[in-house]
Order: sequence, then structure tokens, then C-alpha cells
Amino acid sequence: MSELELRQTTVAASAQHLLLTRRPRLPRVGTLLAFAFVLFLVVATFAPALVATQDPNLIAPTEAFRAPSAAHWFGTDESGRDVYSRVVAGTGTSLLIGVSATLIGLVLGLALGLLASFGGRIFDFGVNRVIEVLFAFPGLLLALLVIVIAGPGPVTATIAVGLSTAPGYARIIRGQFVSIRSAPYVEAARVLGRSPARIVTRHVIPNALVPLFVLATLGIGQAIVWAAALSYLGLGAQPPAAEWGAMLAAGRTYLATAWWMTVFPGLMIVGTTIATTVLGRALARRGKDA
Amino acid sequence: MLRRTGLLLAGAVFVMWAVATLTFFAIRLIPGDPAQAILGGPGSQASQEALDQVRRDYGLDQPLIVQYLAMLGRLLTGDLGTSYALKVPVAELLGAQLGGTLLLAVLSLAVAWVLALALSLWSTGRSRIATVLGEWIELAAAALPHFWFAAVLIAVFSTALGWFPPVATGTPAGLVLPVVTLAVPLAGFLAQVMRESLLDAMQQPFVVSARARGEGALGIRLRHTIRHAALPGISLSGWALGWLLSGAVVVETIFAMPGLGRTLLQAVTLRDIPIVTGVVLLIALVYVVMTILTDAASRLADPRLRRQAAAR
Repeated sequence: MSELELRQTTVAASAQHLLLTRRPRLPRVGTLLAFAFVLFLVVATFAPALVATQDPNLIAPTEAFRAPSAAHWFGTDESGRDVYSRVVAGTGTSLLIGVSATLIGLVLGLALGLLASFGGRIFDFGVNRVIEVLFAFPGLLLALLVIVIAGPGPVTATIAVGLSTAPGYARIIRGQFVSIRSAPYVEAARVLGRSPARIVTRHVIPNALVPLFVLATLGIGQAIVWAAALSYLGLGAQPPAAEWGAMLAAGRTYLATAWWMTVFPGLMIVGTTIATTVLGRALARRGKDA
Repeated sequence: MLRRTGLLLAGAVFVMWAVATLTFFAIRLIPGDPAQAILGGPGSQASQEALDQVRRDYGLDQPLIVQYLAMLGRLLTGDLGTSYALKVPVAELLGAQLGGTLLLAVLSLAVAWVLALALSLWSTGRSRIATVLGEWIELAAAALPHFWFAAVLIAVFSTALGWFPPVATGTPAGLVLPVVTLAVPLAGFLAQVMRESLLDAMQQPFVVSARARGEGALGIRLRHTIRHAALPGISLSGWALGWLLSGAVVVETIFAMPGLGRTLLQAVTLRDIPIVTGVVLLIALVYVVMTILTDAASRLADPRLRRQAAAR
């Protein structure tokens, strides 16, 4: 094992460690709460009218800057719009961006990981160098480069975040495939003369699927945070769109007087990230116990 | 040892070359005429003579491969080109910004380390309540978006309490909120990883033997298991610094601090290509150097890695 590989395996191992080792169980209450929160997000995405208290775009100048109350749970913004209803309305957009970005990152990571672990030594070497180079564009940097090239906007921001998460996924997925590749059932299939394509589709991908799903749930939170950061910087979804990052950007001007315009959309992002992570870990434990 | 160092350096040079090449060709994908961008965009209605002049000055009339080789040649001499918007050499501009951003990133990394070590040493291998509490604190910290956490900190510690200035003033007090903003979420990530290896270490035979010798819980933590906790943190530090530098884009913007991140964001908005390229290269360089440093630090902290290398 070369020094470089050794270093890579340490990083990959710590990431895998984080995902898959048995940790003392979070209380069931936590998992249940997380599940309830995600359920709320799903309802808010597909049937916002069910959970919103009023029209998110209803402008009522006389109601502007009201503090949180029974009528306006999260207060109102500069145009008197209900912040809670806007947070609900923004759920779909924010989740869509987070989920699509994660999918883009996973698919690219999967492609790179497959190529590296089943394409022979040359591809493995090549893909590892590509991953290494991509790692030198940390986090937002790659995303910002994509935005310079393609111009700002929600779609670009989604692709940008997806691309910047791909190298991390690729490295973890490669590690997983390499360990599956030497599993007894894969060797058995090889001895039986199955074609490489069949081995990959029948044995490798199904066995990697659960860990991949776990990885995705753990990644969605971060993808939402990065995408919201881009919106906040004015490079993703723009106000007056009811997207969480854009809402935060709009609330920034009134931070000193109307703190609720900033606090609640942010709490939704934090809550979503925590809930998806807790669920991801619960899934990881189940996958391990099974 | 010599071979090792050589390999590491070769890897670093390769990564830098690849980053420069990738950036150079990616930038060519930008729609529109670069000469026009230099003269202030399509709205400026620059004359044909002015456009031709700019193309000659910036070498844009040369074939792509010549431009590429010229770019590599200039990079070797540390020349990063001239800003489109500000018309000053990029190397000079960024040189002035680098210090502030590195100070911010390194301070945040240090604070994150202290927080993460303290939290994981305190909460691991204790009562169930401490463990669960520790896990939830890590989770919540890691979930904090910079831009939101910064706003909340400003609202509480500047507006309400008046303890720290809401914008960076160049004084130590002005650095407190930006550093806390960057350090706390990072500490959440680091603590999660540290806890894992700490848990493993606590079950090792040497801990039992130390306990049998009569060492207390604190002594075991500080003398024996702290290295194990630190290891994954060290190997993640390269990643962490990269993460901090992208966080700096957000934090420097919010706290109005001069620095690489804010310069990068402004350049992205203005499409000032030479500055964007310069910052990308500079951050990649910092990342590559950091990777080499963390590799050395891991070896220093973990005798097992040294022995492995010697055995080969």
C-alpha cells in the first residue's frame, strides 16, 4: 500500500467509521421525533395548504413586522406576510434543491466508484487522481466556479452543490465496492463464470444499496445547507422566492428589529439536517443489525 | 523517508498542475467574449479598436494552446494575471488578503479542535446521559449553517448584549464572533469522528492495565486515549481547512471582513476571471500544503504509522 493510499484509507475509514460503526443508541424518542419532523416536511412539500395557516404571498402592510403570536406563529415579514406559511411554502423548493444535489453527487460518485473498483488498475489509479484533484477545490469553491461559468440561479446552484459533493461520495463508494469485490459471494459468482456486468448489477449494487441510501440521508442535510448558503449569497434562488436561504437573506436587513424573520427559516434548516441525520443513523444501525 | 517526501511533493505538483489546467479550460466555457468582459461587459459598447487592443494585450488573439502554455509559464513565476475590474495584479491583491483569511481559518481550526476534544473526552465512556447529551450537542453543532449561526450570534452578542462588534473591526474583539461562527459547526463534525476512535481506544487492553495500576478516569483520558481521539481529527484537518476556507466566503461577507472569501464572492458576482482563478489556485495550494502537513502530523502522533513505513 503506498503512502498516499494509506492516507486516503485513513480518511475514508474515519468517514466509514462515522457512518457504520455501532454507536451507543440515541434514544428512540429522538428517532421518533426525527421521523415526525420529516413527515411534516413531506406534507409541507406535497400539500402545503394542509399545514400552512394562510396564503404565503398574502401582503398585509398593516400587519408588517409582527412578533410571533397565536395568529402568526413565526411572526410576519416586512410586507406583513406570515413567516410560518412562507417557511412551509419554501419547504418544497429547499428540499428539492437538497435532494437533487445529493442525487447528482451520488450518481457521479457511483460512476467514479464503479470505474475505480471494477475498471482495473489503470482506471483505479486515474479515478483516484481525479478525486484527489477535485478535493483541492474544497466545498463551496467548486460550486462557485460552476456558478461563474453557468451564471447564478437555483438550477445552477443545485448542480454546483451536487458536483462539489461528488468526490467525497466517490471515495467512500469506492472503498465500499472494493470490500464487496472481495466478498465470498462475489468470488463464488466469478468462479461460476458470471460476466462482470452481471456481477455488478446482481451482486455489487444491491449490496451497496443500503449503505448508499444511508449515505444519501446523511448528505441531504449538508446539501441543503450549502444550497441555502448560495441562495443567501445571492447566487441561488432569489427573493422574493420562498426558499429558506433566500428568506434568510431577505431577513438579514431587519435582523436587529425582526429577529424572527431570520431565526425561524434557519431553525427549519437546522431541524431538517438533524432529522435526516438521525434517521440516516437509525437506518445504518438497522442495516448493520440485519 | 526520502522516497516518501519525493512522492508527496510529486503528488502535490501534479494536483496543482491539474487544478490550474482544469480551471483554465473551465473558464473557456463561459459564454461571451473575454475582451468585452475586460472592457466592462457588453453594455460598455467598446469600439472595435479597443477590443482588438485588449485582445493583443491579454494574448487573447493567440491559439488556445499558446495561451495555456503562457499561463503555466506565468504561474511558475508567481504571476496570476491582472484583475478585469480593478486593473491591478491579482497576486498583489490576493497577497494582501491571504493573511487575514488564514488567521481566521487557523484560529477557527484551533478553537474547533479544543471544543471537539473537550466534548468528546468529557462525554465518551461515561453515563448514558452524558453520552446522549454529547451526541445531541455534536449533531446540533454540525447542523448549524454559517450564515444563520452568524446572524444569531450578531443578534444576541452584538445587538442585545453589546459584547462584541457586529462587523470585524480589525481588533481581537472583532474576530471573536467570526471565529465562533466557523469553529462551532466544525467542532461538531470533528467531535463525531473523535468519539468513535475514543470509544475504540477505551476498550483496548492498555486502558485496562492503566486502570489496574490505579489511574483515574481523567488520567487515562489525558495520558492514554487522547492520541487516539486526536488521530482521525488530524487526518481530517486538511478537509477541515478547506471547509473553513469555503465557510470564510460566507463569514467574511457577513462580518464585512477583508479577505480571500469576500474577494472571491465579489469576483464571482462581477465575473472577474483572473481573481477567481487566482483564489482557486491559492486555496488549492493551501489545501495541498495542509494535506502534507497533516500526513506528517499523523505520523508524529501515531507510532504505528511510523513503524509501518519503516517495515517496508
